[in-house]
Amino acid sequence: MPDSPAAAPRAPGFLSQALRIAGKDLAIEWRSREVIATMTFLAVVVVLIFSFAFVVEGARPPSPVVAGILWIALVMSGTVGLSRAFDREREGEAIRSLLLTPAPRAAIYLGKLCATCALMAITETVLTGLSAVLFSANLGAVIGQVALLLALGTIGFAAAGCIFSAALLRARGRDALLATLLYPIIVPIVIAGARGTTQLIDPISPDFDGARFWTEFLVAVDILFVTAGLWAFEPIVGGD
Amino acid sequence: MTGSTAALRLANVGKIYDGRRALAGVSAAFEPGRVAAVLGPNGAGKSTLLGILSTLVAPTSGEVRWGDDRLGHGSPLRARIGYVGHDPGLYGDLTALQNLTLFAALYGIADGRRRSEALLIRVGLGDVPPDAPARTFSRGMMQRLALARALTHDPALLLFDEPASALDPAGADWLTRELTAERAAGRVVVLVTHDLDAAAAAADQVVILRRGRVVFDETAASGFGAATLRATYETKTRA
Repeated sequence: MPDSPAAAPRAPGFLSQALRIAGKDLAIEWRSREVIATMTFLAVVVVLIFSFAFVVEGARPPSPVVAGILWIALVMSGTVGLSRAFDREREGEAIRSLLLTPAPRAAIYLGKLCATCALMAITETVLTGLSAVLFSANLGAVIGQVALLLALGTIGFAAAGCIFSAALLRARGRDALLATLLYPIIVPIVIAGARGTTQLIDPISPDFDGARFWTEFLVAVDILFVTAGLWAFEPIVGGD
Repeated sequence: MTGSTAALRLANVGKIYDGRRALAGVSAAFEPGRVAAVLGPNGAGKSTLLGILSTLVAPTSGEVRWGDDRLGHGSPLRARIGYVGHDPGLYGDLTALQNLTLFAALYGIADGRRRSEALLIRVGLGDVPPDAPARTFSRGMMQRLALARALTHDPALLLFDEPASALDPAGADWLTRELTAERAAGRVVVLVTHDLDAAAAAADQVVILRRGRVVFDETAASGFGAATLRATYETKTRA
């Protein structure tokens, strides 16, 4: 007769575990609204500052400037969200309890990624609306394409960011380190997002083919970053 | 499903961190239905040993077997381990019930809410305000909730790392009673502590580590007297 501890209950599936973890993060955020308020406030401040700098006597700034402002605000507010992404796991060593569950490490990563993307999406909604008003950006006709670019950029940004945020879980000065390590990696995402957005919001002749190229480029980057994240998360958090 | 007849056995387990030896050639057995206290001065390797038993730390050499199965990173037996540390391992922004139902769901417990409510009553937190986030709890209440979290999935192996640190005497007494109850439930219970009185009160096996090696490993069915344990500890850990 085999001498082994009785089998544990059947663990939920991978996606179910990931959604539980994302739901936990969003439930915590719903109670405090701490991260979303900080992210949105920062994004609004960035856009307002740029609007004072670039909107002169009501003249609409050039499309590349509007797109650049939008993506810079997205990156800066997203960094705030990422710097807090694993704080709740660190406080009280909740990460240890999480790692002891049967949830695959990749499911934990995917859950954190989904929660971060959800928070960024809320900020981006405010950000896009504010940009449209302040810069008279031509968003109405192309809102679907712009939203797709923003969503793809957010996934890539959060995919890379969650890995660095987890790696810096116990590092001193992790907020400064996060930006230092993350920004060089996400340069292609910001360039692609800003260029694609510029081509879409051009008031005279939107370049849909050019925007499609950058959209496809972001899809490729997202596949790369998410795959790398799913693969790298286990050695990063499971390391001893 | 609580207990198991399978013993946990370490064979020549070693661990090296960045060239520094934390454990060397540790062999020991932990039986179900016993409370094993692991003692030793700071840096003796107690927490590393507990980390290896929890599967969160991989040994550099040797192996840990639980019955017929090898216990290690990625082992499905990880789901049968409960861990209570000096940090609670909980989300302070969630309520007690939300914390427990979250972990019950991650462990795949059917009817996790009912089990969570039963556990809250069992650890004496049945009457806490339902909306109170865990971070508003006292240290003693947090440790009670941590124990409930560790018991959510009915583990066969329970690991305690300095669970009584910062607990008041009443809290420490409660913990001793809980350790005894877990032993009676047939679990393998391993307690890492500096508190020799707590170890004497609860343990029927004592393992003393010094500089990463086992220098004492004995079982006494009738327990260890506090004075005897203190004298043994001082003798075995003297530099």
